[in-house]
Amino acid sequence: MTHVIGTPLAKIDSWDKVIGAAKYADDMSLPRMLHARILRSTIPHARIVNIDTLDAEELPGVVAVITGRDVPIEYGILPSSQDEQALCVDKVRFVGDAVAAVAALDPETAERALQLIHVEYEPLTPVVTMNEALDETRDAIHSSAHADHHNIHKMVALEFGDLDAGFAEADYILEENYFYQGNTHLALENHSALASFSPDGHLTLWSSTQTPHYVHRALAKTLELPASRIRVVAAAIGGGFGGKTDPFSHEIVACKLAMLTGRPVKITLTRQEVFYCHRGRHPVLMWVKMGVRNDGEPTALHFRTMLDGGAYGSYGVASTYYTGALQTVTYKIPAYKFEGMRVFTNKPPCGPKRGHGTPQPRFALEIHLDKIARHLGLDPAEYRKRFIVDDKTKTVNHLTITTCGLRECIDKVVDASDFHNRISNLQSPISSLKTGLGLACGSYLSGAGLPIYWNQMPHSGVIVKVDRGGGVAVFCGSTDIGQGSTSLLAYIAAEEFGIDVRDVRVITADTDLTPVDLGSYSSRVTVMTGNACISAIRPLKQKILDTAAEKLLVPAESLSFRDGEIICEDDDARRLKWTDAIALAEAKHGTLSGTGSYKPPKRAGPYKGSGVGVSPSYSYAACVAQVSVDTETGQVRVEKIWLAHDGGRALNPLLVEGQVEGSVYMGVGEALMEEMTYRGGLHKAPSLLDYKSLTMNDMPPVETFLVETNDPEGPFGAKEAGQGPLLPVPPAIANAIYDAIGVRIDETPITPDKILKALEEKEKGRAARVGPKNFPNAPYPEPLHVEPPEDAPRLERKKG
Amino acid sequence: MKQVLHLRVNGQAHELYVEPHKTLLEVLREELDLTGTKHGCDLGECGACTVLVDGTPILACLALPIELQEREITTVEGLAHGAELHPLQRAFAELNAAQCGYCTSGMMLSAKALLDRETNPTREKIRDALAGNLCRCTGYEKILEAVEVAGREVAGRK
Amino acid sequence: MLRLPPFEYHAPRSIEQAVNLYAQFGGAAMFAAGGTDLYPNMKRRQFTPQALIGLNGIDELRGIVQDNGITIRAGTTLSQVASHPILQSQYSALATAANLVSTPQLRAMGTLGGNLCLDTRCNYYNQEFSWRQALGFCMKKDGEICMVAPGSSRCWAVSSTDCAPVVVALDGRVRLVGPRGERVIAASDLYRDDGILYLGKERDELVTEILLPPADGTKSVYLKLRRRDSFDFPILGVAAALRFASNGEIANARIVLGGVGSRPLECVESARLLMGQKLTRELIGAAAEAAWKPARPLDNTDSTHSYRKKMTRVYVARALEALSEK
Ligand SMILES: Cc1cc2nc3c(=O)[nH]c(=O)nc-3n(C[C@H](O)[C@H](O)[C@H](O)COP(=O)(O)OP(=O)(O)OC[C@H]3O[C@@H](n4cnc5c(N)ncnc54)[C@H](O)[C@@H]3O)c2cc1C
Ligand code: SF4
Ligand code: FES
Ligand code: FES
Repeated sequence: MTHVIGTPLAKIDSWDKVIGAAKYADDMSLPRMLHARILRSTIPHARIVNIDTLDAEELPGVVAVITGRDVPIEYGILPSSQDEQALCVDKVRFVGDAVAAVAALDPETAERALQLIHVEYEPLTPVVTMNEALDETRDAIHSSAHADHHNIHKMVALEFGDLDAGFAEADYILEENYFYQGNTHLALENHSALASFSPDGHLTLWSSTQTPHYVHRALAKTLELPASRIRVVAAAIGGGFGGKTDPFSHEIVACKLAMLTGRPVKITLTRQEVFYCHRGRHPVLMWVKMGVRNDGEPTALHFRTMLDGGAYGSYGVASTYYTGALQTVTYKIPAYKFEGMRVFTNKPPCGPKRGHGTPQPRFALEIHLDKIARHLGLDPAEYRKRFIVDDKTKTVNHLTITTCGLRECIDKVVDASDFHNRISNLQSPISSLKTGLGLACGSYLSGAGLPIYWNQMPHSGVIVKVDRGGGVAVFCGSTDIGQGSTSLLAYIAAEEFGIDVRDVRVITADTDLTPVDLGSYSSRVTVMTGNACISAIRPLKQKILDTAAEKLLVPAESLSFRDGEIICEDDDARRLKWTDAIALAEAKHGTLSGTGSYKPPKRAGPYKGSGVGVSPSYSYAACVAQVSVDTETGQVRVEKIWLAHDGGRALNPLLVEGQVEGSVYMGVGEALMEEMTYRGGLHKAPSLLDYKSLTMNDMPPVETFLVETNDPEGPFGAKEAGQGPLLPVPPAIANAIYDAIGVRIDETPITPDKILKALEEKEKGRAARVGPKNFPNAPYPEPLHVEPPEDAPRLERKKG
Repeated sequence: MKQVLHLRVNGQAHELYVEPHKTLLEVLREELDLTGTKHGCDLGECGACTVLVDGTPILACLALPIELQEREITTVEGLAHGAELHPLQRAFAELNAAQCGYCTSGMMLSAKALLDRETNPTREKIRDALAGNLCRCTGYEKILEAVEVAGREVAGRK
Repeated sequence: MLRLPPFEYHAPRSIEQAVNLYAQFGGAAMFAAGGTDLYPNMKRRQFTPQALIGLNGIDELRGIVQDNGITIRAGTTLSQVASHPILQSQYSALATAANLVSTPQLRAMGTLGGNLCLDTRCNYYNQEFSWRQALGFCMKKDGEICMVAPGSSRCWAVSSTDCAPVVVALDGRVRLVGPRGERVIAASDLYRDDGILYLGKERDELVTEILLPPADGTKSVYLKLRRRDSFDFPILGVAAALRFASNGEIANARIVLGGVGSRPLECVESARLLMGQKLTRELIGAAAEAAWKPARPLDNTDSTHSYRKKMTRVYVARALEALSEK
């Protein structure tokens, strides 16, 4: 029995948000604060010949102007991709790359001063498309130290099991190309950073960051300050989705300017600048070849990806691996080959967005399965259910499945949508409107199994302190980006101590005050901070119990924490008030506090690159989409989404539902309209009006089902919910469109003109499809052959 | 050139001295320290800066305070009655309609204008009234619910 | 935060004062009504006027008056237009169009006068200053050439107002007041086929009233194509107005397109086909076919131009179908 866990409680930080009191970075100001702006490149690819800042420096009100020479040290989120500079020194690599910065008395002066900085560029040929990136006659964007080969940032090739044998066993083999367009996080809050430097050499940065710990490291490196004198605090964050997980140029620049001027400095980006910071979803071109038997059983899967990385590494190496990692965790695949490649182009850098590297291959895979099911005359739901991975097994690429509730997820959405009866059967009263249903599934990590930089330390740490007054304070480095991670710590403490949630305070995301947590990315927070929190609390509870047992003259094992008391389960007349129990415990043990930490189980497979995809557990989701398509206008309306999510135990169902609904929203947007588009190297639509995101009028109703497996790795059985539910949505929509009008749109976004184009093709008797026709000829390396683990799905030889 | 400006915000009169090209958004946030009003675009494209002028939702990023001198301006800081929250605030918190919270002030003010007109709006009406406020976190579902719940409470109070 | 460039602000109390003030600044001032078009443009530095002449304090610019037909004063907000009972019943296309503009907040701020004078739009132009700097400026602002049609000597920015096609289709007229006095012109003469000089009025003339003739049984509809059901400008607008004679034949027809040219485009041929005929399926098809010919969208708004052109036919047909059902 739990009294807090599993109940729909308000988040503890919601109250500040609804009264407008939560302080986001741009809401802060300090005495004598200066306002800074960054000058950004207007050219996609060029050498910097000269920067003349004299006129800007002379403008009244300008306090400092800096260029790349003031902060030249390279950094980047991954140790292997230290390819960024806070301000470019020799080269600019995309329109929007930071070149110089001004601090002034007020924002308007800073803005005006930017126009007085004269930059002389020597333009280089821009590399805009993936094909151009493969063309070796074009200038290289980075030096060879930062790229595997010319403009190829990263290449990987892995083969698990016997692929040839798998295809030889297949009765049916389907090959197709797919493309998932790049899109961006578009958090409603624009990034902002406020830095302050004290005369004794302490630097403090408040920033809208999801990863204060990584920013801390980047600041120490680029500013050459001891990390012990830098404090990074994450302010309230107005949405992240992965867009605030890199250390950013403006954070370093704000700090540098604060150090130079001795005054606090704030930089708040404009919406256009946020588009340039990007780090969003990679555009990924994919080629998929899958072999199945007549009953649909997969025998082999060959998956090739090419990622358009933009101008810098960012998380790109991990993203590349992620486009190949999780294909195996949903259905049993006995032989699997993955080839991945990420190229550099002169565009804003891509990185991690909700689902990091996995929605793209999931889109391709789930459409591919739909095509196979249709070809073989199988029901798409029943077909998938037959080959779902089993609990407590491994995949062919050495990932460990603890629990998998996918079968139940499929049942939920299939029943609720009356899928079997209604698929291919829906009719609309309006003749030009066609309605259809589509199904797709997905899976995601509950936290990356390895940290960004190699180390043996915990991924998450928690300190718990119990006050004489009965209050509990929980300290943790985690950042709440709206998902409720701060509240979760309070729920867990309240549950464990049997007290009211309001008696718990949570202090987070402050590198001076809180133990390290790696940050809000890869859906790691619930599992990792939750476990760390429990491990901090349990020994402390034991101390309190022991003293209470002495006092009550009962064995400690018979006592439990309930409703603000310590109660003997055998004799409930024997009880102590929580505050009395604490007083006894503190008298005996001294100050009551505990520390806890969490490190995920070591599960990486025996090969290079096996660190990506490993996780304590995987969430599962199934989605049915109902769409109507107007065959005259090509307009697609998503009429309803049913989504079932296995996120393990729902610690607070309200928050899990919120994550599901938000993920569905983003998935529908990515399927239908969200896209980063460029003309040459210039972003075509860097505004909230032109970058299309769903408004309230465009959002379909969502029916959510929580499938609660009890995962052994999670705190109270929890897994993740923040990213996984997005994955099945775009392919479910694409499959529903096929059901409605019989055309395949094998790329996102699925816009009306593409629908009409496919319908025209169909009319003309040609392949009723819009999508990439071919895959560029690229130098993928020879694959590394890896033996699958013992308990992975095996290929049974039936033929020959 | 700076000019004297008389503004009534959340029932309180202010005399300020600002340049005429400062938008209401800038004056609220930077002169009056009412930072509960947010901004996502500064161009009228997101609704995060929504405030009420005489009860009607408008965008602070495109409004000149100099034109609003005799009007009653309400921001998120003026929603509660002293320590007593407006039903919308309570419902948004309790139903998890505020995830990151950045769209929340604007959303609630658009919703307040609606509930002041009618306490039992259909979903359709709620959608229409809030269609000028973007949210990137919630998928809008919990926001719709919160407005309905708050509407019932407002009705009960009347 | 994007900020406005500095300006002097003037708040005239009457039309006369407004016109005189404008004259005093000799072109260095701009009228500002709701500011919902002007201020974003100023923040992006498309305009940096020395002075703004705010129209919001002029009482004689507000209100809707029923006379022979109906007169809507220029300062009336779009929400007032959208919710006015007579407009809703007798001039429903206008109420519909006003209600489809952007968002509730912007409709509460934006005025009908401002909507009719809305700057033409182009996605090479409605961008921040630094973006345009990166591209090289185009001839509509600070540059020499057109980016969409580089060989062209003119600007092809798009008339993107929802209400203009309707006001033209309803045979509306506008009253202009300037330093040289007052005149009334046909709404269609308010526009020119040029992305830069898109208004057929002098800069110093104020639009004071929009005059609509008696509805006289005219039925009208407005259909809008856009990607999202809120916020977005029209990438195609179709305003259609038909008056049927007592025998069921069409006595008057006007179909006007928005969002596909630098001015509202009149489908003259379609109207000719409709006149004197009964509205049958075949006729709707023929009129729609004729309508899409004059539309020549370029690739400078959302979506592709070929799609927008294709949709012209579909939307005109749907507009006429809607009228046949009314
Ligand atoms: C995000 C966003 C979405 C939008 N979507 C739409 C849309 O879907 N459809 C649409 O039609 N519009 C849209 N708009 C534009 C705008 O909001 C409306 O067109 C509005 O009606 C403009 O009116 P206003 O009073 O605000 O004009 P202002 O901005 O005040 O003025 C616009 C222009 O007209 C001039 N002007 C104003 N009044 C007069 C007058 N009486 N006489 C002479 N000149 C005058 C001004 O000098 C200025 O050049 C959108 C704007 C934004 C920011
Ligand atoms: S049509 Fe051509 S000249 Fe006109 S705004 Fe667009 S790019 Fe500039
Ligand atoms: S800040 Fe986006 S509408 Fe005002
Ligand atoms: S709650 Fe984050 S934008 Fe709405």
